[in-house]
Amino acid sequence: MAEFAFENRIFDPAETMPRDELAALQAERLRQTVERVSGVPFYREAFAKAGVTVDDIRTPDDVRRLPMTTKADLREHYPLGFLAVPREQVVRFHGSSGTTGRPTFVAYTKQDRELWADLCARFLVAGGLRPEHTVHIAFGYGLFTGGFGLHYGVERVGAAVVPAASGNTRRQIMLIRDLGAQVLVCTPSYALNIAEVARAEGVDPTSLPLQFAHFGGEPWTEDMRTQIEREMGLIAMNNYGLSEVIGPGVSGECAARRGMHIQEDHFLVECLDPQTLEPVADGELGELVFTALTKQAFPLLRYRTRDLASLDPSTCPCGRTGVRMSRIVGRSDDMLIIRGVNVFPSQIEEALLRVEGTAPHYLLEVARPGAMDELTVHVEVRPEFFSDKMSRMQELRERIGQEIRSVTGIGAKVNLVEPQTLERSTGKAKRVLDHRKGE
Amino acid sequence: MKINQLSLFLENKPGHLSGVCRALADAGVNILTLSLADTQQFGILRLIVPDWKQAKQVLEKAGSVVNVTEVVATEVEDRPGGLADVLEIINAAGLNIEYMYAFTFRRGDRAVLVFRFNDPDAAVQALQAKGVNVVGEVELYERDNG
Repeated sequence: MAEFAFENRIFDPAETMPRDELAALQAERLRQTVERVSGVPFYREAFAKAGVTVDDIRTPDDVRRLPMTTKADLREHYPLGFLAVPREQVVRFHGSSGTTGRPTFVAYTKQDRELWADLCARFLVAGGLRPEHTVHIAFGYGLFTGGFGLHYGVERVGAAVVPAASGNTRRQIMLIRDLGAQVLVCTPSYALNIAEVARAEGVDPTSLPLQFAHFGGEPWTEDMRTQIEREMGLIAMNNYGLSEVIGPGVSGECAARRGMHIQEDHFLVECLDPQTLEPVADGELGELVFTALTKQAFPLLRYRTRDLASLDPSTCPCGRTGVRMSRIVGRSDDMLIIRGVNVFPSQIEEALLRVEGTAPHYLLEVARPGAMDELTVHVEVRPEFFSDKMSRMQELRERIGQEIRSVTGIGAKVNLVEPQTLERSTGKAKRVLDHRKGE
Repeated sequence: MKINQLSLFLENKPGHLSGVCRALADAGVNILTLSLADTQQFGILRLIVPDWKQAKQVLEKAGSVVNVTEVVATEVEDRPGGLADVLEIINAAGLNIEYMYAFTFRRGDRAVLVFRFNDPDAAVQALQAKGVNVVGEVELYERDNG
């Protein structure tokens, strides 16, 4: 039990399939997928150009013979150029928010939606969800896949859902308390917002009935987990997914909490160097690339997620055989290049959390006033580390600067700002303002 | 004999100090004295008010980060050497002054100064032992009203 944070329970025996059986199943399903997507013009043309046929697929590694799919490809074939089934078989559309351009859409058949519920149920049970629980879902219920995916998963497990959706934090706190939710689903930054608002309302966040939280929708850090668990008195679990692959349900943590098991019987994963597109070694950081093995409506081959993580194939005490992925440490396209050094917002977050008492509300501002890039990190001051002594405040600024330098290797100007002055969001937080891109 | 001081974090931007003062004014809070320590980017405003609990609530509601610190208000003779005498007592007792500032009113020929010590209790003891008058909260508010 010592190796588990709570009781290890498995929803579907398929999660523990021996690796050799899994490889055979993946190869068979990959062949079926290649046949299924042959009707999609993008893939048909790519197969013809590369001279690939279904007969070339014998092992899961043969996925490397197949073409890659990018977000730009989805935009180019907007809105539904990748649809692999007749339109009448579609029962649901979802999509990305389109914050970085045109939105992109994905589609589900009835079978896809059932699969989605099953996969979410798997990681929820792995993460402590039990049929007797009540789950408060504070994700948006729109085109974003987070709300609906988790909702279906909770129902599949047989637990109760409070579909609170996003916004009105005070009301959320009231619902959690009055309906006795043991489980919270939202973004990690929104959980911190709930704790902050609760304290401002005179409610001790640890007095809420919450025991577990399932976080997704944005990258976060291990230090942030420690902070949320301490401030809210719950066990915080990580899961991962993206609409282009299926939504939430691609991977999730088990009770051992040493990485997120990828549901490899349904998704083939590659971890590639984003420049060379060659596989990186186990444990090394690379871009995750997924191939859907069983999806009907919208099965993408080798979808480039832009998410950077590492893979750990070692045996897990929980019995699941799916390879574990690390947290997302950044995005290959969110990466800032400052004075020639690669910097991720998540690194700044890590540095801030190392300085005692600093909550992760911050904004990175990058500018190039002369020939050199300049990084300014705006950090909100919190009561815990505010002092009436100027020397203490100067020390705090210096410590933040030192931690940023030790994590990123570059110097930054630290700017302390008044509380509640940086933008908050229930979805993805705005962390970067890059004046070099005209922002 | 210690008194409670409020301190708050301020960004060094136009309108931020006046916003704080307006919030206090609207709540009917009179500022007995204040000091502002500033850098190019931010400042720390320290305030002595008659009802620090009410003022703290007002400021926190207005979105400020507020700390409460115990400080020592001391009478100093208003003549050349008056401050030097008190500082020598403090020095002899091995006490450190973090910062200090003055009240706007005085009593007869005496000024009243606010000292922030790391160990305010030891400071009160050392000053009183040498016959220096340490002014308590009640006396301060009487002066404010009178």
